[in-house]
Amino acid sequence: MSKLKYALFTGCTARQSTPEQMMSTMAIADKMGIELEVLEEASCCGASHLQDYDDFLSLVLNARNICYAEQRGMTMVTICNTCQLNTMMTKRRLDKDPELKAKVNEKLKEVGLEYKGTSEIVHFLYAIIDDFGLEKLSKMVVKPLAEFNIAPFYGCHNIRPSEIHEDSNNHENAYAPRSLDDLILACGGKNVDYDEKNKCCGFHAELQAPHTAAVLTGNAIMGAMDNNADMMVTPCPLCHLKLDTQYEHASKAVGRDVKLPVLHMQQMIGLAFGIDGKDLGIQHHVSEINFL
Amino acid sequence: MSIIPTKKLVFRVFRFNAETDYLPTYINYEMEVTHEEVILDILNRIKWDIDGSLSYRRSCRHGICGICSIKVGGKAVLACKENVFQLVETFGEELLIEPLSTKRSMKDLIIDKDDFWVMHDKVKPYLISDVEEHPEHEHIVTPNEAEELLEADYCIQCGACHYSCPVTEINEQFIGPAAFVKAYRFEADVRDDAHVERLDVVNEEVQGVWDCVKCMECAEVCPKDINPIEKITKLHNMVFAEGIAKNNIATRHAVYFKDSIAKHGQLNEAGLVIYSEKGYGMYKHLKVGMKMIAKGKAHINPLIVPKSEKLDEISKLVKISSTSKF
Repeated sequence: MSKLKYALFTGCTARQSTPEQMMSTMAIADKMGIELEVLEEASCCGASHLQDYDDFLSLVLNARNICYAEQRGMTMVTICNTCQLNTMMTKRRLDKDPELKAKVNEKLKEVGLEYKGTSEIVHFLYAIIDDFGLEKLSKMVVKPLAEFNIAPFYGCHNIRPSEIHEDSNNHENAYAPRSLDDLILACGGKNVDYDEKNKCCGFHAELQAPHTAAVLTGNAIMGAMDNNADMMVTPCPLCHLKLDTQYEHASKAVGRDVKLPVLHMQQMIGLAFGIDGKDLGIQHHVSEINFL
Repeated sequence: MSIIPTKKLVFRVFRFNAETDYLPTYINYEMEVTHEEVILDILNRIKWDIDGSLSYRRSCRHGICGICSIKVGGKAVLACKENVFQLVETFGEELLIEPLSTKRSMKDLIIDKDDFWVMHDKVKPYLISDVEEHPEHEHIVTPNEAEELLEADYCIQCGACHYSCPVTEINEQFIGPAAFVKAYRFEADVRDDAHVERLDVVNEEVQGVWDCVKCMECAEVCPKDINPIEKITKLHNMVFAEGIAKNNIATRHAVYFKDSIAKHGQLNEAGLVIYSEKGYGMYKHLKVGMKMIAKGKAHINPLIVPKSEKLDEISKLVKISSTSKF
């Protein structure tokens, strides 16, 4: 098999609030022999909030980001569920609406770019599962996470709406997702089943609707705790931020102390590969990683 | 003679009588099911053959009246439309049958849907138009204009989205996806004159579109593929287009993305919180903020932001592609 090579759209969070996600992404890619070329030119995806304010502008900006993956002739890999959804939504809309595509390209032409629709857009989780393969991954595990019950937290924007994602997430069933569970098993851990695993963490309304957001975070951590989880794992840095840093607000909202260590999926893989915790950025967590 | 393949399945059904019971019970019914049966067939068989006291709503049997919606395995479905074998593929051979909202159950699968209708009433779910009493000709709506409704008029008010929405579950004042679809249906109608009057309702904090958490549950669950969140986004856009967006934490939060992208290419995450909270609201985030700074997740100086390469290109596109004002 030739070497896997992707254009990496980091999103804003991996460069700011979750530096550990960037570190662990690069660390495991290196170990797996996956080449990630960072799209340094990329802008913010708008995170569904710019879309509320100026939908057309969000399409132009996301189309521009895709252009840079197209120029490299590569599939774009995202490491944030919200980046994945907003970029994919742009692609879907432009690919099926030639009039809209022409309007967007009219703007892109002003900076010498053209959106063609030739690059696929895949979240790193599915690139690992579909392109690299879990069997191959499990053979690389030297420190299986066998002692741990790990609760997968999928994050909305990788699985819903399934109509947008199905080509890029191997038809993941939004009501019974498997990918992250399978990844936990491949890393030698025990996957925890709980009702909140495919539910919302509340991140996107944290400022506007703090109580709603805190209850959702609390429910998620509570669900994992009540099913004996030692830790949670998520492919989304926004879910991670919410679960890792907001446990005090969440505890107040649900009337119970809720707190668990939360890993990025990249960190979980890295630990199973025997990579040192420091190189995976565990020192950056607010809910301390206390099990190493 | 061919044999029709069947599966032996367990249906774990929520039973409750609000008049006599303190807590619900779940009763298991085991039966042979064929590949053609839908959930409503199962409910009928339980009622007709096993226990006549099971209560549920049913009417058209063609996925159009919206009355038979219930939850199976936590997923809201129209009982008359949802094939049992397909549900087995998702949820396994024991299927949990519950009302749309367990806390609103009156008798078994029948819920008190009053909250749903109250929210519908709130958005003035009718055409507001000054129509001549004796018009000389009909008011023609062109096909292109009709398409602007984005099939919002296909809603059958089954409540699947409303009772799958995590916000309606927590915030009782939240109007919810179904009523937002209804609001959009009339806002997008060229014959409607209300516009701002109705938009004001969905523009309010706590009850309005700003409290949506963007979980996409409504888009996933809708049995009519109406995509409610698409309409919720459109309502956000309309609020800005009509110039009635208030200067509050939610609008500042949306607008800041554009400003930050023009300046840095990236979103300035700390800046977003400071700007949305108008500075003084930052006391709410101090404790978490300090922890994040201590862990190297945030910079003590919020002006330090990574910048995209070819920033001039991004800034130019923001300038020439903007369609909205605040």
